[in-house]
Amino acid sequence: MAALRPRKLDVFGFLYRWGTIITIGLLILFFGVVTKSFLSPGNLINILRSISIVTVIAIGVSLSLSVGGFDLSVGSVASLADAVVISLFIWYGRGTVVSIVVAVAVCLVVGGFNAFLIVRVRIPDMLATLATMFIFQGVAMTYTNGGSITANMMMPDGSTAAGKLTGAFSAIGQVPAIILIMIVVVIVVQIYLSSTKHGRYMYVVGGNMEAARLSGIPLGRYRTAAYLISSAFAALGGIMLASRIGSSQVNAGSAYLMDAVAAAYIGFSLGGSGKPNAVGTFIGAVLIGILQNGLVMVSVPYYAMDIIKGAVLALALALTYIRKK
Amino acid sequence: MAADARPVVLDMEQISISFPGVDALKSVDFRTETGVSHALVGANGAGKSTLMKVLAGAYAHYSGRILMDGREVRIRSPREAKSLGIEAVYQEVDTALVPSLSVAENIMLDLMVNDMGCRQLVRWRNLHEQARRILEQLHVSLDTRAPVSRFSLAEKQMVLIARALSKECRFLILDEPTAPLSTAETGELFSVIRAILQRNIGVIFISHRLPEVTGICSRVTVLRDGLRVDERRIQDLDTGRIVEMMLGRRFEENFPKRRVPIGDTVLRISGLSDESKVRDVELHARAGEIVGIAGLVGAGKSELCKALFGASRVSCREASIHGRPYRFRDPHAAVRQGVGLVPEERRREGILVGESVAVNLTAASLSDFSGALGFLRFGSEKKTVREMIKRLDIRTPSENQKVGFLSGGNQQKVSVGKWLIANAEVYVFDEPTKGVDVGAKKDIFELIGSLAEAGKAIIYASCEFAEILGITDRVYVLYDGRIVKELETSNSTEEELLFYATGGT
Repeated sequence: MAALRPRKLDVFGFLYRWGTIITIGLLILFFGVVTKSFLSPGNLINILRSISIVTVIAIGVSLSLSVGGFDLSVGSVASLADAVVISLFIWYGRGTVVSIVVAVAVCLVVGGFNAFLIVRVRIPDMLATLATMFIFQGVAMTYTNGGSITANMMMPDGSTAAGKLTGAFSAIGQVPAIILIMIVVVIVVQIYLSSTKHGRYMYVVGGNMEAARLSGIPLGRYRTAAYLISSAFAALGGIMLASRIGSSQVNAGSAYLMDAVAAAYIGFSLGGSGKPNAVGTFIGAVLIGILQNGLVMVSVPYYAMDIIKGAVLALALALTYIRKK
Repeated sequence: MAADARPVVLDMEQISISFPGVDALKSVDFRTETGVSHALVGANGAGKSTLMKVLAGAYAHYSGRILMDGREVRIRSPREAKSLGIEAVYQEVDTALVPSLSVAENIMLDLMVNDMGCRQLVRWRNLHEQARRILEQLHVSLDTRAPVSRFSLAEKQMVLIARALSKECRFLILDEPTAPLSTAETGELFSVIRAILQRNIGVIFISHRLPEVTGICSRVTVLRDGLRVDERRIQDLDTGRIVEMMLGRRFEENFPKRRVPIGDTVLRISGLSDESKVRDVELHARAGEIVGIAGLVGAGKSELCKALFGASRVSCREASIHGRPYRFRDPHAAVRQGVGLVPEERRREGILVGESVAVNLTAASLSDFSGALGFLRFGSEKKTVREMIKRLDIRTPSENQKVGFLSGGNQQKVSVGKWLIANAEVYVFDEPTKGVDVGAKKDIFELIGSLAEAGKAIIYASCEFAEILGITDRVYVLYDGRIVKELETSNSTEEELLFYATGGT
C-alpha cells in the first residue's frame, strides 16, 4: 500500500493539472467522429466567436478572484454597457469613440461603487456584488424603459430614432475582430498577472490579506483596482455583445454571468497553478464553448444544456477543493 | 470513569508514515501507561505531532501496530481512537470550540453529538450539572452558562481538557499546550494535569519548553527526524542532555552575542497610545542596538509592535526616524519610512502559505525587482532570493516550493528574510522564536545580530526572558500596555525582568 500511494497521487495530480485539456481533446475527438461538420474550419471559428464574450467577462471575474474577492455583478455591468452604448448610437446619434468611452466610463463608476462597498464599508464581496448585480440590472432596465433598443425604434414622442450604428462599431462583433479582441485580452492579462509587480501583488493580496497588509502592500488600492478592472472587462464584453447583436436586449448580459464564473473556476487548475489566471480561464471558456456547440450538433436540446454546464462546473470545483484539503 | 488503579499500557510499535516527499515517521516505537505523564520532545519536523495524530486516529495510512495491554487495537479514524479513550487537545483551541455556545455545551459537545441517540430534547439541568462536576474534578471554576467566546485562551484550553474528560478517557494528548500561556496560567495547567494523573489517566505532553517538561513529566521520549532517539526516566536526564538528543549534537545554550558599537538614535517615540492596550509609550532605539520589549502574555507586546508599524490606529506625541518625523498612517507608509515588522502570528500574518518561497521573500520589496511599466525582473529576483535562502539556511528544495510545505522554523526564516531583502532601518520582531526549534532559533538570533552589526535599530519583543537577556542591549519591561521599567541588559536578571513584568514596583 505504501508503494502504491505516491503513484496514485501522481495520477491525480496529473489529472488536476491537465484534466481540462484532456477533456477538451476527448470532446473534440468524440464530436469529430459522431458529427460531420464539427471539425470544419467554419465551425471551429464559430466556437471561438461564441466564447469570445464569455472569455472577456470571465477574465474580469478572474481578476476579482485573484485578490481573494468575487464579482457577481459582471453580468449586470455587461447589460448596462450594452444598453448605454446602443442608446448613444441610436438615441443620441453619437460616434463610435464617444459611445464606447462613455459606456466604459459608466461601468467604471459601477466598479468603483463595488469597491467602495467591499473595501470601505467592508461588506463581504459576494454579498456586495449580489446587491449591485440587482441594482445595476435595474438601472439598465430603467434606463431603457424596460424594453429593447433597436435601430429605427419608435421614440416616446412618436418620432423614429434617427441614429445608426457605425460600421466600425459593427465590425467589433464580427469575425475576426471579436476573436482578436479576446486573444489580445487573454495575452495581456496573462502577462499582467504573471510578470508585473501589480499582478504579483494581486496574488499576494488574494493569498493572505493580513500578511499582505503587514508587508506594506496598500491593500485598498489593489482591491479597488481589481474591481475596476473587472467592471472594465465586463463593459468590454457588453460592448462586444451590443455590436454582435446590433441592438440592446433586456438583460442581455446576465446570461453570461454563470458561464464566466464557470470558466474562471475551471481555469484555476490549468498547469497546476491553483490560482485564477487568464490562459486557464480561456481554456475553461473553450471547454464550455465546445460542449455547447457539440451538444447542439448531436441534438441535445438547448434547454438541457445547463445541466451539463453545471455538472462540468461542479467537477472543476471538486478538483479545486479536493486538492485544497 | 477510569477509576481502576491498574495501569493500562499503550504500545505503538514500528509506526511508519509518509507524505508526498517526506517520510515523517520511520518505524517509531512509543510506549506509555495510564497514570504517567510522558513527554514527547523533538525539534520541529521531528514527527512528534505526526505520531500523536496517528494515535488520535487522524491518519489512516500508517503502517505498524498499536496495542493496549498487549492486545492489538485498530485506530484508523478519530472515532476509533475516541472509543478507546484516546483524546487530544491541540494548540489551536479556537478551531475546536463553538464560541457562541456556553461552557457546558462545549464541554459536553461530544456527548451531545454522539450519545443522544434518538432523544431529541436536551436536559439542560443535567448538562450543566455534569459539566460542573468535570470542572470540579479539575479544580477549575468557570461559569458553565457563559459563552466560551468570553474566556481567555487558557480558560478555553481548560474547557477542551474538560471535554476530553467528559467521556471515559485513558490517554490525553496535549500538543504544545503551554505555548500561548503566561507563567501563572501554565502553573494552573500543571495542577490540572496533576489532578488528571491521579485519576489513572495517561498524559502525553508535547512541548518545546524543556524546563516545563522536566517539571511535570516523569518519562520522556525524544524524536529526531522521524526516528525515536531514546526513551528515559526524566530524572536520568538534564535539559542539556535532552537538547543534545534532539539535535544529535552538543548544543550550548549560549547566545551569539556580538559586540557592536552603538551609534546615534535611529527611532525615537514618545506618547504613543493605541485604542486598546498601548498607553503613553516612550522609547528609543539606536543604530546597532537590540532593544528588548519584555512582557508576559497579555501585556500588550503585539499591540505595541503593531502600533509601531502603523498597523493599528494610534495617537503619538512625537516620533522620528533618523531625525526625520515618522508618520504613522498604515503599514505601507511605515515600510516607506524604513520600518519592518516580523509579526507574531506567522501563518496568519507573516507568510503566504500558498505562494512560493520566492514570492514570499520579495513581497515587501517588489519595486526593487520591477522595471519599466512594472514588469518584474525575474532574473534579479531569483538571484536575490537564492542568496537569501543560502544566507538564512532555509531548508527548501527550491525557491519555487510553496511555503506552506516548509517546517515552522523555515517559515519563520522566510518571514524574516522578507524584511532583510526590503532593507529597513528599524526592525521590529514580535516573538520571532515562537514555535521554532532550537536550531532555527539559533539561526534567527545570529541573523538579528548581523542586522545590528549592519547598523540597524532592532526592537525585539518576547515573553521568553532568557532570550531577551541573551541577545538584547537594553530592555523595556511592559506591563498592562505601559513601559514600567528600562533596564541595561548586562546588569539585569531573569528574576528582575519577571518582577517588573508581573507588576512589581
